[in-house]
Amino acid sequence: MSAMENTNQDAHVEPIVHASHDLHHSHDDHDDHHHVETFWNKYVFSQDHKMISKQFLITAIFMGVLAMMMSMVFRLQLAWPGQSFPFLEPILGKWAPGGVLNPDFYLALVTIHGTIMVFFVLTGGLSGTFSNLLIPLQVGARDMASGFLNMLSFWFFAASSLVMLSSIFIESGPASGGWTVYPPLSALPQAMPGSGLGMTLWLVSMALFIVSSLLGSLNYIVTVINLRTKGMSMTRLPLTIWAFLVTAILGVLSFPVLFAAALLLIFDRSFGTSFYLSDIYIGGQALEYNGGSPILYEHLFWFLGHPEVYIVLLPALGITSEVIATNARKPIFGYRAMIASILGIAFLSFIVWGHHMFITGMNPFLGSVFVFTTLLVAIPSAVKAFNYITTLWKGNIVYTPAMMFAIGLVSFFITGGVTGIILGDSALDINVHDTYFVVAHFHLVMGSAAIFGMFAGIYHWFPRMYGKMMNKQLGFAHFWLTFAGAYGVFFPMHFLGLAGVPRRYYSNTEFPIFNDLVDINVMVTWFAILAGTAQLIFLFNFFYSIFRGQPAPQNPWRSNTLEWTAPVKHIHGNWPGAIPEVHRWAYDYSKPDKSEDFCPQNVPMTEKEIAEGAH
Amino acid sequence: MAHQATINAPTTTKELWGGGTSPFGASYGKLMMWFFLLSDAFSFSTLLVSLGYARYVHHASWPVVESVFYHFPFTHAHLPLLYVGLMTFILIVSSVTMVLAVDAGHTNDKKGVVFWLGLTIIGGLIFVGSQAWEWYTFIVGNETGVIKDVLVDGVVVSQEVKGANLQYNEYGHTLFANFFFFITGFHGFHVFSGVVLNFIIWLQALDGTLERRGHYEMVEKVGLYWHFVDLVWVFVFTFFYLL
Repeated sequence: MSAMENTNQDAHVEPIVHASHDLHHSHDDHDDHHHVETFWNKYVFSQDHKMISKQFLITAIFMGVLAMMMSMVFRLQLAWPGQSFPFLEPILGKWAPGGVLNPDFYLALVTIHGTIMVFFVLTGGLSGTFSNLLIPLQVGARDMASGFLNMLSFWFFAASSLVMLSSIFIESGPASGGWTVYPPLSALPQAMPGSGLGMTLWLVSMALFIVSSLLGSLNYIVTVINLRTKGMSMTRLPLTIWAFLVTAILGVLSFPVLFAAALLLIFDRSFGTSFYLSDIYIGGQALEYNGGSPILYEHLFWFLGHPEVYIVLLPALGITSEVIATNARKPIFGYRAMIASILGIAFLSFIVWGHHMFITGMNPFLGSVFVFTTLLVAIPSAVKAFNYITTLWKGNIVYTPAMMFAIGLVSFFITGGVTGIILGDSALDINVHDTYFVVAHFHLVMGSAAIFGMFAGIYHWFPRMYGKMMNKQLGFAHFWLTFAGAYGVFFPMHFLGLAGVPRRYYSNTEFPIFNDLVDINVMVTWFAILAGTAQLIFLFNFFYSIFRGQPAPQNPWRSNTLEWTAPVKHIHGNWPGAIPEVHRWAYDYSKPDKSEDFCPQNVPMTEKEIAEGAH
Repeated sequence: MAHQATINAPTTTKELWGGGTSPFGASYGKLMMWFFLLSDAFSFSTLLVSLGYARYVHHASWPVVESVFYHFPFTHAHLPLLYVGLMTFILIVSSVTMVLAVDAGHTNDKKGVVFWLGLTIIGGLIFVGSQAWEWYTFIVGNETGVIKDVLVDGVVVSQEVKGANLQYNEYGHTLFANFFFFITGFHGFHVFSGVVLNFIIWLQALDGTLERRGHYEMVEKVGLYWHFVDLVWVFVFTFFYLL
């Protein structure tokens, strides 16, 4: 844009500035008059996005700790099958008689571990925390479009978490058919102990979760579309916001499919319909279900399930883009290519679900179509990995814990992504389907990568959330132990999988071919214990810093985005006075001619910059 | 925020998306409704796709719809699909009255809103009532049932099946009845919720709440929902009854 046009545009939009200021002032006045802060509306039924973000984070940390402890328990069984661990009995009671884990409860642990990690930590926790914190602050809005729906979103999430946790305490135990809850195990209450009340509670919990996700996502989308501050065009948005926006759209389009599928499942369970059931015998007795197909459920589930992978991963990638650019002190490499790859991944995620079902008897031609679409995902993924590395290349890198975790994400994303090419091939998949190879793949590419993105986000935005700094040295210790632990756990699993070890089995001791592999499982479990213990460092650092951390400066990472222009102490409405206007994109790092190596988005462009065609 | 757009009316794409304004010229509430409807469209698509799958697999035992839904209230004449056609017509007419209610809202015409929204509510109630009647007729079935092999407690028994429910279906495959009850029930629940929402807004229009607010945007929002429910019925009608 030429200088002339720019001036014209300024002249033209002048009235908007006044109009919006007036509106904002009246908004603030309104708050002054009617907003009386009490304990209940500040900490519990808060409609402030910053508080809701913290509520999501604390809930997610709590759920994450539980899910991780569950994995420790079943890792013990996998490394030392059938051995007694006396400390388990007081904790698990009848699920570990004599300290030996009960096989039914093993399946329940695996199921609930997966459910909590995928939905409660990496969907609700990750999007809920960072979309809530960053969308209004980074686009320059007073709050979410609807604070009330935002509050409801959290409370549905909390209710959903409580229902899921309550299922652990019932007599027949929680859902045990795997986190994908395939019928008929999930559809016939008499199929196994976990198919009874536990499964019902699982479905109730997920219904609440979907409502929470829908309310949250609608808010995120509409806030990004409608409430960007003046000058914040779509191509000036930080990549975090692009990632959160597209994630929310994915959620809005894919969760209703799970919702409908779950409703059909509830009807099969409770009202005798046959949507997913046919020709079934239990205990020698034929059941009257006729005509349905469990494969139908698999199609519907994975139509959600695959976009869900990107609902988990995209926010982590967005956070990584922001953290890496800030700490490499360089503009993100290929900003528009990054946006395009987010959109590309999102689009492709809806047409690849069949790769979860290659061996369900799918027509091989259809399988090959899904192979094709699946392998296409490698293109935008490679664009992202390439752009992260090129952003780091020759950067003036500042090593903060957030930066370490962001780089760790890139490592996991590549390592896990490479095995995706094997699993996405319908012929190669025959060999490794439902083995530990799959477990290794998704724990690296979406599990570890996304959780590292979440950690990067926590370390990076902790000063913004709590006004305190986290301890850097403890952060590094946490990073290295977790990084080593995660690779130590998941890398050897590839070899277990290639050797044919099936996932979800209580024990492999009945199969002599796996006898030589027990040592690997022992090593994996030790690494799991290492990685689990390392989280104590994080928990200490997190909670200690909330109360005793160093006070955070205004802009600790010398970052460009708008959230660092808001006062450290949270105020309702985010900025006192007018909302800052935006004059440049989010990645003006190490720009020549500037005295500092960063230039926040609200700094007006100089004549020279405009003349050079900056936008 | 919504009003900014109308005050300044930016025109070029660059201005529309440049921040500080609503690019679609719509308030956040209306946009949320649009995205919610998009989401809900996926729920209904899921159900209709599942129906298509079941029907494809069981095409041999899938009932011919004309031989199932041929009843008409107060007559014993054989009038296939006539009543459901009438229901559909009434629902579509209720969309027209909704358009007129929204239009009246644009000119702050309180009387117009109350009148047309009231008619919309009546149309919705007639539809829901008709659906109840349709369900009743389907559940009760013909005077004479059909002898079928049925599994009872694990044993195959020949017995007379009359009408349809979630386990049995006189007219053909059980899944037909399963999907019929589920999909029309899911849709009927949407219509019912729509009637309730319309009624709340109708009350607010009647007692002047909307007039004091200065605009009738809530009528537009429930209007969007109502048109969506209508549109979905067109698809349900097509895939269940016509094809």
